[in-house]
Amino acid sequence: MAKKLMKGAEAIGEAAIRAGCRLFFGYPITPQNEIPEYLSHRLPQVGGTFVQAESEVAASNMLYGAAGTGERVFTSSSSPGISLMQEAISYMAGSQLPVVIVNIMRAGPGLGGILPAQGDYLQSTKGGGHGDYRLLVLAPNSVQEAADLVIEAFDLADYYRNPVLVVGDGLIGQMMEPVEFKDDYAPVRPLPPKTWASTGHTGGEKPRSIINSLFLDPEVLEKHNQALQAKYAEMEKNEIRYEGYGLDGDYDVLIVAYGTVARVCQTAMEELEADGVRVAMIRPISLYPYPSQAVREAAEKASGVLVVELSAGQMIEDVRLALEGRRPIHFHGRTGGMLATPEEIVDKVRRIVEGRGGKS
Amino acid sequence: MIQTVFQKPDSLASVITHYCPGCTHGVIHRMVGEVLDELGVRDRTVGVSPVGCSVLAYNYFETDFHEASHGRAPAVATGIKRARPDLIVFAYQGDGDLASIGMGEIIHCANRGEKITVIFVNNAIYGMTGGQMAPTTMPNQVATTCPMGRDVEQAGWPIRMAELVSALRTPAYVARASSHSPLHTVQAKAMIRRAFQYQVEGTCFSMVEVLSTCPTNWGLPPNEADRWLEEQMMPYYPLGVFKTPDGRDRAPKPLPADE
Ligand SMILES: Cc1ncc(C[n+]2csc(CCOP(=O)(O)OP(=O)(O)O)c2C)c(N)n1
Ligand code: SF4
Repeated sequence: MAKKLMKGAEAIGEAAIRAGCRLFFGYPITPQNEIPEYLSHRLPQVGGTFVQAESEVAASNMLYGAAGTGERVFTSSSSPGISLMQEAISYMAGSQLPVVIVNIMRAGPGLGGILPAQGDYLQSTKGGGHGDYRLLVLAPNSVQEAADLVIEAFDLADYYRNPVLVVGDGLIGQMMEPVEFKDDYAPVRPLPPKTWASTGHTGGEKPRSIINSLFLDPEVLEKHNQALQAKYAEMEKNEIRYEGYGLDGDYDVLIVAYGTVARVCQTAMEELEADGVRVAMIRPISLYPYPSQAVREAAEKASGVLVVELSAGQMIEDVRLALEGRRPIHFHGRTGGMLATPEEIVDKVRRIVEGRGGKS
Repeated sequence: MIQTVFQKPDSLASVITHYCPGCTHGVIHRMVGEVLDELGVRDRTVGVSPVGCSVLAYNYFETDFHEASHGRAPAVATGIKRARPDLIVFAYQGDGDLASIGMGEIIHCANRGEKITVIFVNNAIYGMTGGQMAPTTMPNQVATTCPMGRDVEQAGWPIRMAELVSALRTPAYVARASSHSPLHTVQAKAMIRRAFQYQVEGTCFSMVEVLSTCPTNWGLPPNEADRWLEEQMMPYYPLGVFKTPDGRDRAPKPLPADE
């Protein structure tokens, strides 16, 4: 298919359809309404089902039910709505159901504001709901990457039988960029048959399927937890994704940033390089599993590290864990829906180079 | 010659349940199991169990099952039915589950007219957590969180779910039955059968509220619990069909108390 100019939200909706998803359950919230709106007219065209639920609590539980039948299912929301979905997300992780969830993050806490933010990093990567579980978390920085990752998210969800969360910010949802969808979509890897799905017991031909996260026997529940942890370990082995910018050259400062903020950092890097400041960047694409080793190796070539986020400092905790004190870590963050500008980042990097980078 | 005249429905598993002696959850399971057998839909049925004493219902039915979080069974059932309209989907819920934490889910599920069946077990108490006040607890009824009895000034009046759900404009089948005596179970089973029949035909949402006993948390022997249900609950929760999908809302027809 030729490239087409698309709004991020529409590209995300279309990507779900290209991935074979025919079921969407959601509840309106700015700044992601264009995703459900797009799917409310597109899904019926392809024989799919769109349900506007009465709340995110209901939407996420509809997702839980529908995923139990083995069909590909999808929801999208924004921060306050994602908070309401945490109960069902924990149940889906516990029952090992493949679902894809998009969070177009907005500024918080509380009702916060509707402008872009990255304040849900910890919620996304460290749990969010109750219990020991992990989501596979992917963070695109462009409309094309958002579309590609959403399509892949369905495969990853099926492969691992685990919820996959794609996080973007309001910019990803609202930007218009050229997108290309492949004509023939095929899974990137062979996917296991969904023998676990509850689709009726067919006269004993198929063993009874129970979609469940309740295990009253502590020994059984611990075994279940161990199986989940083994699965997360496999994700940590196979699903690390990141992009490097100038990592092969020599540099004094390494920037770590994800999502659209990384694009602002790229602009800043151009200006710095023109001025002879040696700077490189690593952009985590998988937030869980976190590319810790790549960040550490890249940081070891620099004398200082700058983490840039649209939050008061959340991913920086993973950078600290990755670096284990090997390099000083500086931070530049904006909150409330304010965007980091290239000028701010240029200024911050210069000060780091001059040894005035502030607390680390 | 030995002849089998009575046996367990195929839709029920051959296991011993964890329900307390005299609890009518088991009676209600049996009625549902018989109906699934009679309609021949067991192989394509998916049940949704709640959080409450019937949380383990998935062990007691010989059908596929889905364990929901507290109160969300109607949303989970919606997801299953929308994904696979060919399946027969039922939610089995207690009164704390359906009428308290899950009030939003049941009302909107009914209002969307989801073609599922809800079996709503009203025992006027939170059984599983140890006898706390439910939204259906009777005025002055003692519970562990209303040790002086339910004060309607503070807690409001018990919620009549069948009446509430039948007030929605969307066509539905809504009825209330009881499970405390053989006579009442005959009526209850007929209603449950009709509720599933409507789903099989793809007609409408259906819900049967079944009055049920909780001897353990009511602090009564089973026979006295049956009497308490009849004397205390039935006058407030009249039995009958409240709504049929043809659009005619019917007045409930209470059974004579001494029948
Ligand atoms: C979110 C959440 N809140 C509270 C509970 C605790 N809880 C478990 S069962 C229950 C009440 C069940 O009562 P009911 O629905 O009336 O069913 P019964 O046990 O009487 O059959 C509660 C409050 C829970 N499991 N999850
Ligand atoms: S606690 Fe009450 S509702 Fe629960 S099994 Fe016992 S009698 Fe039945």
